[in-house]
Amino acid sequence: MKISQLLQPKSGQLALPLAIFLQLFYVIPLLVLIATSFQGEGGAGLSLKNYTEFFNNSVNVKVLIDTFLMGIQVTIVSLIVGYPVAYLYIKAPGFWKGILTFLITLPLLTSAVVRTFGWVVIMGRQGLINTALLQLGMIEEPIRLLFTHNGVLIALTQVWMPMMVLPIVASLSQIDPRLAAASQSLGGGVWRTFWQITFPLTLPGMISGALLVFALTVSSFVTPSIIGGGQLIYLPTLIYQQGIILLNQPFAAAVSTLLLIMVVVMVLILTALGRRSRRYIH
Amino acid sequence: MSSTLVKPPSPIQQKSGNLPRQLDKISFQVVMQLIAWLGLLLLTAPSIIILITSFSNAPTLEFPPPGFSLQWYSSLFSFPELRAAALNSFQVALITTLVCVVLGVSACLAMMNSKGRWVTAMDALVMSPLALPGVALGLGMMSFFAMVGVRLSLFTLIVSHIVICTPYVVRNVLANLTQLGSSLQEASTALGASPSYTFFKVTLPLIRPGVLIGAFMAFITSFDNVAVTLFLSDARTDMLPIRMWSMIQNDLDVRAAAISGVLIFVTALLMIVMERFSSLSKALIGN
Repeated sequence: MKISQLLQPKSGQLALPLAIFLQLFYVIPLLVLIATSFQGEGGAGLSLKNYTEFFNNSVNVKVLIDTFLMGIQVTIVSLIVGYPVAYLYIKAPGFWKGILTFLITLPLLTSAVVRTFGWVVIMGRQGLINTALLQLGMIEEPIRLLFTHNGVLIALTQVWMPMMVLPIVASLSQIDPRLAAASQSLGGGVWRTFWQITFPLTLPGMISGALLVFALTVSSFVTPSIIGGGQLIYLPTLIYQQGIILLNQPFAAAVSTLLLIMVVVMVLILTALGRRSRRYIH
Repeated sequence: MSSTLVKPPSPIQQKSGNLPRQLDKISFQVVMQLIAWLGLLLLTAPSIIILITSFSNAPTLEFPPPGFSLQWYSSLFSFPELRAAALNSFQVALITTLVCVVLGVSACLAMMNSKGRWVTAMDALVMSPLALPGVALGLGMMSFFAMVGVRLSLFTLIVSHIVICTPYVVRNVLANLTQLGSSLQEASTALGASPSYTFFKVTLPLIRPGVLIGAFMAFITSFDNVAVTLFLSDARTDMLPIRMWSMIQNDLDVRAAAISGVLIFVTALLMIVMERFSSLSKALIGN
């Protein structure tokens, strides 16, 4: 981006205010963050101290692995559950489509705090699941759902699943319906048509959905901090504890950098995959 | 051509008979529908459960509630800290949205009218905060403000919210502008209108749906944000989502259910209003 180019009338100077704003308050802070993570003892010199400290402690390494696993698991579950939701939406007749739109987008627009609170009520000791199971006589004592990895997994899947459903809907709506008709008239069954025609054609949608869900899951702070409680820690919670409660900012910056690397690497891999899958279609 | 496609003359089908084919179709329908309805249940359950809980007459959080009352909603009226927090959040979200719209729309106009390679870079720069962890951004901005000696205040909070909310404005406005094409603007200019006249009388009215939806999503994002807000608000300023977060985390206050109920009602209402003015669902679902 050349300065002279920007200053030419009509070619971009209207974008300058936002560009400058983002450079100043977004790019530079990110660089400051990364630089802070390499700060040595007493704030002087460059060192890898924060990173060695992180990897020498098995608790931290477990947090890193747990966060990555959570990202993968939530992505897979929201793909498996979200795909049929998108499929149902595409096939739904007019009136139902309106209702489904509302059901899919309302959770997206209600705050994560509110939705997570709903899960607390569902999973708590006196919550919906425990009351139901106790009354049915299936369990003797309330089971523990809150403060477990699977509890966080369920809640995060609900929070981010719309981000998977929407790109798949977009992908599905671009498929020529004659393709499925052709496949079936040539003797391909419904399942075979789905796996051989529809599913591969929606790969770009699934990949952009997976990209969003993974990035948003490993970055989630509210849901894991409430459902996970004090015992189950993920990278964002660790950053908050170190940065705000313990005021160990260089260490928190190192954890943030690791989280940023995790997100960026995954985004790059999935973007490359997405490009390949699109080439396969056209 | 279509008639030959629709007729199924395949020998495979005759050999295997009709039953397997029916089975194939039915099993597909059953599996798809079952998972889809499970998914919809999963998506809506928390909001519905919270709405029911908010009308509970029990002193503690339990489900199903033993009876119903409006006690938790009325308790919100005697909760002055809450009103202050809601007002702060509203104020921050409003200013954030206004700045996002001004910065975002003007950037979109420039990006639309230019074919330079900088457009791709600019697009990536503007959109990237959507995918990056808010906690990391918050920590980075907090360190940055500490370094340049700016104390945390509503100003730093709004600045950080602008960074994370602008993508919504840019995405929706850019989509709208691309759909529109540049011919109308060119016609207006060719007929002698000044750029500002063209913008206010031609372009802006036409991209209003995109601006409205972008502003709506930016407002909601700012109003609900916890991660960035935790790092950039000063201790004296009470923000609503932070307040709710600590209420839920520390003592499972049932009043939080009533606040949630209000928020769900307001969001649903706003969605319906937005749908009337600019088909929100089309922008979200894209079809």
